[in-house]
Amino acid sequence: MRSSSFFSLQSLVLALIIIGLIALALGGYLTPASRVLLRPLIGAQTWLALRYQTIQNYLSSPQDIARLRQRNLELEAEVSRLQSEVIELQQQLAETRVLSALVDFARAHPENRYVAASVIGRDPSPFVKYVIINRGSDDGLRRGMPVVTAQGLVGRVAAVTAGAARVQLITDPDSSVNIRLEPTAAEGILVGSVTGKLSLDMIPQEASVEIGNLVLTSGLGGNYPANILIGQVSNVNRKETDLFQTADVQPTVDFSRLEIVLIIVNFRPVDISPLFPTPGAP
Amino acid sequence: MAFFIAFPILSGLIILQTAMVSHMRILQGTADLILVAIIAWGIQKPVRTAWSWGVLAGLFVGYVSAAPFGAILVGYLLAVALAVMLRQRVWQLPILAMLLATFFGTLLVHLVEILALRLVDTPLPFWEAINLITLPSILLNLVLAIPMYAMFNDLARWLYPQSLEM
Repeated sequence: MRSSSFFSLQSLVLALIIIGLIALALGGYLTPASRVLLRPLIGAQTWLALRYQTIQNYLSSPQDIARLRQRNLELEAEVSRLQSEVIELQQQLAETRVLSALVDFARAHPENRYVAASVIGRDPSPFVKYVIINRGSDDGLRRGMPVVTAQGLVGRVAAVTAGAARVQLITDPDSSVNIRLEPTAAEGILVGSVTGKLSLDMIPQEASVEIGNLVLTSGLGGNYPANILIGQVSNVNRKETDLFQTADVQPTVDFSRLEIVLIIVNFRPVDISPLFPTPGAP
Repeated sequence: MAFFIAFPILSGLIILQTAMVSHMRILQGTADLILVAIIAWGIQKPVRTAWSWGVLAGLFVGYVSAAPFGAILVGYLLAVALAVMLRQRVWQLPILAMLLATFFGTLLVHLVEILALRLVDTPLPFWEAINLITLPSILLNLVLAIPMYAMFNDLARWLYPQSLEM
């Protein structure tokens, strides 16, 4: 009996001490003491944990490097694939923009029927200005058909094979196009040159020509349909002693960057050469 | 073999010329891969098909180009003649012969073309054409001359191994 009361008293004292310690700890009164007591323990645990992690890294690192290298290769391949995809999409976007402009152009001129073609080459001779397109007689192309882009007149089909055609650009030195100026309605002839520069000739002296005038096809001569934009007058050369005025033209089409063109397939050029008198003819 | 291999080689060069090289301009001049190729072939010592290559190249380019048909053929044959002549005269310095043949060959081809274009009434100011087209083209062809010579030298060694050993 005495013994059991002693244990219960001891237990009570212990419980009170524990409760007191907990209360002191919760109140923050044991922090300095715990700091002093725990510091060596924390130090020992840190030392042990660091050594353990080092050993673990040492043991597992070769596998990780191999895995990372493999992953790196995979990611590099993925990046390359995505980069080529981006380039391809950019090309498609540029092509779509060109095609969209061409569709707009075709819609604006519903009287014409068009065949679209890609420019696949340039003439090997630097003295002539021709391009090669990937459409030919199988696609309904015939010699003399006008070639345009959304920006304006490009030239006309000069030679045709089954699957390709050669287009004479209006910048070719042998090219001449009958034109009309807007808004003055003056008429003249647009000629190309060996440098690719476009100039106007045969403009009557009395005609009013100003910088900025629009140059359009007149349709005379039967080689091109009327009212296709060519460019703007950039310089006027007028001398009182000359029979005609001349002018320089800034084309709307960038001939160095021709990619896709439209061929007007329902236009048939008119051959007016029999109307000209030939020497020796009755 | 040396004759028949001209078909794929010249066809490939014409495709390269029209699709790429003709876009690369200095002023208005462009390199002429086919011309440099037939000169490089003609300058090789053991080659006996230089003339047939010249005729084939003239026919191919004449078909593709809008320039007067015969003019290119005549120009190329003159260039081959020059190459063959220089091969015999400057035989100890083939690179020098190649550069000389390229320089004068380009000049000859362009002069023939200018003459032919003027004969068909194409308005072509002579000095403008020389300054803006011929001189830059000569420069570009000279740049191409050495690598083309090396390539055709390898081709000649491959096609005529015994002749070179002798």
